[in-house]
Amino acid sequence: MNATIISYLSQSKEFNLIVAWFSELFGFDATSFVAFNLFGVFALLLIGFAATVGGLGTFAERKISADLQMRQGPNRVGPYGILQFLADGVKLITKEDIIPAQVDKFTFYIAPVLCLVGVFSALSVFPISSGFILTDLNVGIFYFLGMTSLVGVGIFLGGYSSNSKWSMLGGMRGASQIISYEIPVTITIVMMVLLAGGMSMGILVSSQGSSVLDWNLFHNPFTFIGFFVYFIAALAETNRAPFDLPEAESELVSGYHTEFSGMRFGFFALAEYIEVLIVCGIATAMFLGGYKVPFDLGTGELLNQKLGLDLMLAKNIGQFLEIGSFLTKTFALYYVVIWIRWTLPRLRVDQLMTLCWKYLTPIALFNLIGCAVWIYVFNGQSIVQLFSLLFKSSGGGH
Amino acid sequence: MSTLNLDVYMPVVILIILALLVAGGSLLLSKFLRPSNPTELKLTAYECGEAPVGTAWSNFNVRFYVIALIFIIFDVESALMFPVAAVFRKFMSIGMGGTLLVSILTFVLILVAGIVYCWKKGDLDWVKSFVSQELDKK
Repeated sequence: MNATIISYLSQSKEFNLIVAWFSELFGFDATSFVAFNLFGVFALLLIGFAATVGGLGTFAERKISADLQMRQGPNRVGPYGILQFLADGVKLITKEDIIPAQVDKFTFYIAPVLCLVGVFSALSVFPISSGFILTDLNVGIFYFLGMTSLVGVGIFLGGYSSNSKWSMLGGMRGASQIISYEIPVTITIVMMVLLAGGMSMGILVSSQGSSVLDWNLFHNPFTFIGFFVYFIAALAETNRAPFDLPEAESELVSGYHTEFSGMRFGFFALAEYIEVLIVCGIATAMFLGGYKVPFDLGTGELLNQKLGLDLMLAKNIGQFLEIGSFLTKTFALYYVVIWIRWTLPRLRVDQLMTLCWKYLTPIALFNLIGCAVWIYVFNGQSIVQLFSLLFKSSGGGH
Repeated sequence: MSTLNLDVYMPVVILIILALLVAGGSLLLSKFLRPSNPTELKLTAYECGEAPVGTAWSNFNVRFYVIALIFIIFDVESALMFPVAAVFRKFMSIGMGGTLLVSILTFVLILVAGIVYCWKKGDLDWVKSFVSQELDKK
């Protein structure tokens, strides 16, 4: 179902009032004009939301790592130190921008911008809720895969353009790591597309039910393993520890972003944290039920019928419940990502490549074949549905 | 038969343009707020205090190229698998699931054979072992 956020909003009276007012002002039908402006507003809101979560992610990382190491994190700037990321942003903006003399100017300028734009533009299919997804493209997850690959290009160009041996090595290792781990991610996503029957985010999420047992995670053993394959491979794609060899702090100084200072380095760091958010969001959408609220409260029908609320109000409340459900699961996964970073030691580069090509890719291929055969043999039913059929038939026999 | 509804891509274009503007805007803001005192030492590459010798744009190890090649093969495979996977359920509902399953399995098994070949030949090893070369000499 090709829906954008405007399709959801156009159900409300206020939107139609605004369109009517503008149509009177202009003399022609102002739907696309209002839609264009509203898209711009929501795109800005989405960028702001992602940047804030990225900044708070840096703060959360410092606080959680402090908690894991029995100390207190930053607690000076603002209540409980929560404004620390703003202070960091101001610091980065006011730092001197040193461009070494030996760099390749054009690629040096565009590398951090590529990382950031790749990550921001993947947000347009971010499935926050059924109505508030910016645009529900029918090739949603395919588009998402393409845009997050821009980060790999940005990292390699950052390393290449710096013309410093640390950066070059870091950039090449980073690029080979990212492209290697894209393969298990893509194959697992193909498996989920197979299961759901379409590439759009709406179809991927609505192939799951509301209760925990209806999540894609518990659909068949192949998707269960597939969740862990996807999570590990996507984590490796974001260059986070234990896979952070390209920016290995103790080995390569700073890897591919050694020669970048000020806001350019800020773009690389922000892109990494936003990419973790996106990876966790897509993992919830594909495996953990996305924005579905238990007992199907998200569609607003239950609220409308049982409590007798106005239909549009019930739908809006349902949307907020869906956003809450999605963000809870995403941030829980975000916590797990930060937890993993401060618990596990870093992988050596040949261990990294062995893990990808000799373990994750064969497992992902095996999952794909297994899931395809399962869907064909059992006609797309999950383990839970098969068990309930088993009990029903045996109960009926008595 | 289905209409090509390109209007859904408008927010995508708007978001990309806004992201570029936000990135460029913060760099511009930084340009006004930051100091600028380039000295000769600051403009050299960083090499832990030593003076760097030569550029970094020299030969690199061929294993990066081999990894990139294997990636291309598997990426093209997955890109070609997407349309098949997207219509698998529809085909099952009209009773042609078996043919599609056979085509998926054939495609994936050919590529599994490919990765097994790469594995045996040693292309997936990051560190090429010296032991096998010495045994060959004998």
